Amino acid sequence: MEGTAVLGRLIWRAAEVAELWLETSSVKTLVLEVAGWPGHRAGQHVDVRLTAEDGYQAQRSYSIASAANGSRVELTVERLDDGEVSPYLTEEARPGDVIELRGPIGGFFVWDPAPGGAVLLVGGGSGIVPLMAMARQRAVDGDRVPTRMLYSARAWDDVIYRDELERLGGDGLDVVYTLTREQPPDWTGYGRRVDSDLLDEVAPADLALTFVCGPTPFVEAVAEALVGLGHDPSRIKTERFGPTGG
Amino acid sequence: MEKLRLDGNAAAGLLQEVFAAEVTTAVGTCDGCGAVEAVGAVHVYSAAGTVLRCPHCEAVLMKVVTDGERIWVDLRGVRMLELRV
Repeated sequence: MEGTAVLGRLIWRAAEVAELWLETSSVKTLVLEVAGWPGHRAGQHVDVRLTAEDGYQAQRSYSIASAANGSRVELTVERLDDGEVSPYLTEEARPGDVIELRGPIGGFFVWDPAPGGAVLLVGGGSGIVPLMAMARQRAVDGDRVPTRMLYSARAWDDVIYRDELERLGGDGLDVVYTLTREQPPDWTGYGRRVDSDLLDEVAPADLALTFVCGPTPFVEAVAEALVGLGHDPSRIKTERFGPTGG
Repeated sequence: MEKLRLDGNAAAGLLQEVFAAEVTTAVGTCDGCGAVEAVGAVHVYSAAGTVLRCPHCEAVLMKVVTDGERIWVDLRGVRMLELRV
């Protein structure tokens, strides 16, 4: 993947909305066709910039949801009602619309296909998005590194990528859910916030690398619990997103 | 304060504007406590500008302010920054 990380200046590129679909009632995936896209690594993000007719600009970062796939980039965006960019992306954008995008950005929170042991992906809410890119890239590469995904959502209807995660299961990837607020009647998964006991049960014995993404309090609670369980802090990669993410 | 805290990943685009290179994998040494961390792992607070703080001692590592045409960078809190070329 050397060379696709792209050193040098970031440039704004035109990105045309090719397709979009609802993932949940408040989350939409947009497929963008980006001319000149240099490729990306799973876990990287992009900056999206919108310009109003009066010249006012708003810019936000979004994780890339898709595995590398030519000039196509998928973003999965959660609508924040008081946001400046996410309401446009989730409600106004239509196929054929053109937005500005720059990237790929980041290199710290990216999928490492040779971790030397099992990988744990821990996502809270829409923090699952860059982890999904990793699961997808792993599948595309035919990578068999044992990978467990722990996905914390409020309720089953808030779980993004449900059907695809079911299909991606197997080949050494398994998905564990915890639903923190509301569980279906026949629910057999976890039903509480991710804590030390839960992580102790879920973390693979030969854990070599962990990626944690979600809201800041979630990420910090998970990382602290993992360190408390004796996992090496330098092998826990975190990405926080906050209330200004919309 | 915790709710406003992000990490170096959130400053990746801004720092790439400054350094013209991917910086979250660069390794910085805190001038306050000597801790060594990847930039992606440090704490970030954004308001009118962006402030990077050491995740161990919370000392200010770097401040970046931009007005769209110029960028001001205060690197006083970083003793050493090691980037891959």
